[in-house]
Amino acid sequence: MKPAPFDYHAPRQLTEAAELLATLPNAKILAGGQSLVPMMNFRYVIVDHLVDLGHIDDLRGIAVIDGRLRIGAMMRQRDLETSPEIARHCPLLAEALRHVGHRQTRNRGTIGGSLAHADPAAELPAVCAAYDAVLHLASIRGLRSVPFREFSLGFMTTALAPDEMIAAIELPIWRLGHGHGFHEFARRHGDFALAGAAALLDIGAGNVVRRAALSLFGVAEQPVRVDAAEAALTGKAPDSRVIHDAAAAAWLIEPISDIHAGGDYRRHLAQVLSARALVDAARRGGVEV
Amino acid sequence: MGKQATRITVNGKSHARVVESRLTLADFLRHELGLTGTHLGCEHGVCGACTVLLDGRTARACLMFAVQANGSEVTTVEGLTPDDGLSVLQQAFMDNHGLQCGFCTPGMLITLTELLRDNPDPTEHDVRDALTGNLCRCTGYAGIVKAALDAAQRLRSGSGA
Repeated sequence: MKPAPFDYHAPRQLTEAAELLATLPNAKILAGGQSLVPMMNFRYVIVDHLVDLGHIDDLRGIAVIDGRLRIGAMMRQRDLETSPEIARHCPLLAEALRHVGHRQTRNRGTIGGSLAHADPAAELPAVCAAYDAVLHLASIRGLRSVPFREFSLGFMTTALAPDEMIAAIELPIWRLGHGHGFHEFARRHGDFALAGAAALLDIGAGNVVRRAALSLFGVAEQPVRVDAAEAALTGKAPDSRVIHDAAAAAWLIEPISDIHAGGDYRRHLAQVLSARALVDAARRGGVEV
Repeated sequence: MGKQATRITVNGKSHARVVESRLTLADFLRHELGLTGTHLGCEHGVCGACTVLLDGRTARACLMFAVQANGSEVTTVEGLTPDDGLSVLQQAFMDNHGLQCGFCTPGMLITLTELLRDNPDPTEHDVRDALTGNLCRCTGYAGIVKAALDAAQRLRSGSGA
């Protein structure tokens, strides 16, 4: 229950961190440590070098740039949860954060760490999927931008190269007044979700859905967008029947089965939670359902 | 392999040590400083017994390395306790059967200290929500929730006991 020995590095500059990651053998990034350190304590993960990104100012901050919300990868989840900018521009993210672990872990855990860890039951990757987030990845070769659907490659697998780190996350800001909904089912609050749904609805004149996004997590090896549900909602007035028909598309997913829940149960949860998230999104978007 | 000079202020007192990088903050507190009030239950961030305040915010002391806390201020359960007697929250735990074996109590006290600081008038739901990250295997939580609400009331009315 104690980690194997390693050398600790605390660079202050992004370039210095990139250099360390490119040159040190068997090096790993330490962000908030709320997933990595338990794995190190169990010795599931044994590293020779740990590069702590906690002292790099360039990896922090929240800014609105050209209709996009840019979040530094090392922003602590708790700071995002209480940020007025997040609440105003990306309320879905603020709501999802309340389900991430516990306050004690959110005080340390970072958004970049959660995305890089890519646990299939994690909330933040699902939010990024719903927003079509763009991730900025940094390495000794410079910066590159990767859309979330190209970043997320499978079970705890991402497009990050071994010497690469997430520098920032950009979320496109939806029109002010759009609706959002977020529901998950876990046996206890703060536990890993058996299933969850994140929804965004932009409802325009005549109560017609102009744009919809629905993503599911905990049900498959990575977050999934339910394209069929989004298509079923777009151009329609979201009444109860339209929403439940759209949520039914969640049956199409290929769910995982494990000791926590069978695939059929997860598929059922996916549909129920999708409907609840969409109802919330419609109500917040100004339509009585 | 991997030793680092580290200075951490714990309960108002500055401590400088050269420690192994892999030493967790919890083990630093317990073994380097002898502050054994911080308990280690699961050592993977689930039980909450090792919760401390790091620069005023709750953190799992088993999920960070002492070297990460270099330059920070840490408050442990020893730091919550007045020189003479018990704090209002501690007294409320005693009065409301908020503990039996006491193993989870340091983490509970730290978590509730943060809650009551930020939300002096919490509902029962707020208290239960705050405590989701702290496991207790004795009390069934009822006494702990009662103690938290009682302490909040005592602190609001300004009556220490």
